[in-house]
Amino acid sequence: MLEQYYHSVTLDRGKCKGCTNCIKRCPTEAIRFADGKARIIGERCIDCGECIRVCPYHAKVAVTDSLSSINAFKYKIALPAPSLYGQFEKVDKFGKVLAGLKMLGFDEVYEVARAADYTAAFIKREMEENRGRIKPLISSACPAIVRLIQVRFPELIKNIIPISSPMEIAAQIAKRTFCEKRGVKPEEVGAFFITPCAAKMTVVRNPIGMDKSFVDGCISIMDIYGPLCSKIKKAKSEDVLHMATEFGVGWANAGGEGRSLHKNNFLAVDGIHNVIKVLEEIENGKLSDLDFFEGLSCVGGCVGGPLVFENSFVAQNRVRELKSSAQGNALTCEEVEKEVSSIVWRFQTEITSKPVMKLAEDISVAIKKMEEMNTIYEQLPGLDCGSCGSPNCRALAEDIVRGYATEMDCIFKLKEKVKMLAQEMIELSEKIPLGKETTSEEDVKE
Amino acid sequence: METTDNVTMCQYYSIEAGNFTLAGEAAGQIKNNLKQLGIDAALVKKVAIASYEAEMNLVIHSNGGRLIFKINPKVITIIAQDDGPGIKDIELAMKEGYSTAPDTARELGFGAGMGLPNMKRCADRFVIRSEEGKGTEVELSFNLS
Repeated sequence: MLEQYYHSVTLDRGKCKGCTNCIKRCPTEAIRFADGKARIIGERCIDCGECIRVCPYHAKVAVTDSLSSINAFKYKIALPAPSLYGQFEKVDKFGKVLAGLKMLGFDEVYEVARAADYTAAFIKREMEENRGRIKPLISSACPAIVRLIQVRFPELIKNIIPISSPMEIAAQIAKRTFCEKRGVKPEEVGAFFITPCAAKMTVVRNPIGMDKSFVDGCISIMDIYGPLCSKIKKAKSEDVLHMATEFGVGWANAGGEGRSLHKNNFLAVDGIHNVIKVLEEIENGKLSDLDFFEGLSCVGGCVGGPLVFENSFVAQNRVRELKSSAQGNALTCEEVEKEVSSIVWRFQTEITSKPVMKLAEDISVAIKKMEEMNTIYEQLPGLDCGSCGSPNCRALAEDIVRGYATEMDCIFKLKEKVKMLAQEMIELSEKIPLGKETTSEEDVKE
Repeated sequence: METTDNVTMCQYYSIEAGNFTLAGEAAGQIKNNLKQLGIDAALVKKVAIASYEAEMNLVIHSNGGRLIFKINPKVITIIAQDDGPGIKDIELAMKEGYSTAPDTARELGFGAGMGLPNMKRCADRFVIRSEEGKGTEVELSFNLS
């Protein structure tokens, strides 16, 4: 229960200057100010990392596991995200990156890009079974988007493809293969995802569609970049078997998942504010001809994650060039069928809506609150400046109704009030009886 | 807190004729209101579709009008009122695929003749009144629970 609202994204209070950058960009209006510092509302945060990107003081941070945390396990497996391949200059072999990882202390490396090949195969099966009953099916690969749908688009939950992410698939296949090969117990093996984003860290602690994640920890690409670079120089690419296909590697970029399904009728949108606009369209029933929708929170896709080292566009280009040299074989039917029956690839638990924007449980109370909110909103200046600590005037009206703020938090309202009080003081000062003034000490002296 | 079933909230949205840039904004706000009120997702969708169609009809066919959103704990009501020109033959207008939309609207992909039938399909109660030369009023009700 303690981890009900666990989030990787947190605030470094010392660095927060109380500016309005993050509150205005948060897609779920999950940040407010209290005592001049930002405060993240846990139940609303979807860990998209947008605030990490926009904070000029680097006060928003993502908590991930340290490289040394892998030592909690006797055997360690690294699960590199496809976006890792785009981080390095002049590294033209997948094997070098994988071998470099192994040199950092891992016993085995399994490409999440290879697991993405499996995920794509599972999604294709699902799409065949669905036969266009639900249109469009929505990708479940980006955890921030799944959370966004839970919070803001509950009607679209049924469109989400109930299939585990490549990360979860990778952890299962990698652990099983390792245990078989080395004859060790599963509990002795830890699988660590090398992550481009905070949302993946959150999803490991607080899984989507399952009770417990198969991944044991997440190490950010940013943290591992330095040590890995020095190892890559000495790494021999033949030390680790590279197995992913160009389609699996392609998942690093926006549209990669859609292309791996070999269907033309898909739409890929990146950048969370862009995704919101398209989800609105889907919710309005405007895209009912579309088979598949891939929404990614970060610009460029996972290569644009808040925890990567390289510029999103540079990395995107590198992945595009690099993927043509991917060596992996296309999965055979037997390989897919084997995993279908041996791993957990379908969601085990239902995705539920999180109506955190709801004003009240009881409809009568909610209506009253909304009416009150509208009255307050009309009195506010409508500048959406954010100085009050709420993202816009509407949100302030909402916060007042919820009892978290007062009208005097609005600096324009406050100014009005001060002006009124000052005026009143002048008027009052003029009302001091004249008789008393003439009997002041100075008058007596003269 | 005391709960009274007779609380009603009412909001008016003025709709400009022929303005396709603003078209859909009122329906969008109604949808957001419903979500914030905690209305069930499936019902939100129905109301959203119906109010969008109603708003589009005002933009495409009327000389300008109003979209009215009312809610009490039992029912949601959407009313689209306009100041003309009115519908000549309501029965014909209700037919799927029948449309009198001008080319300017059809060029933008509107005017498929599905507006009124869609509204009727989504709503629990559908009332249309119209007088040629005067105006039209469409009233849609949706039962809560």
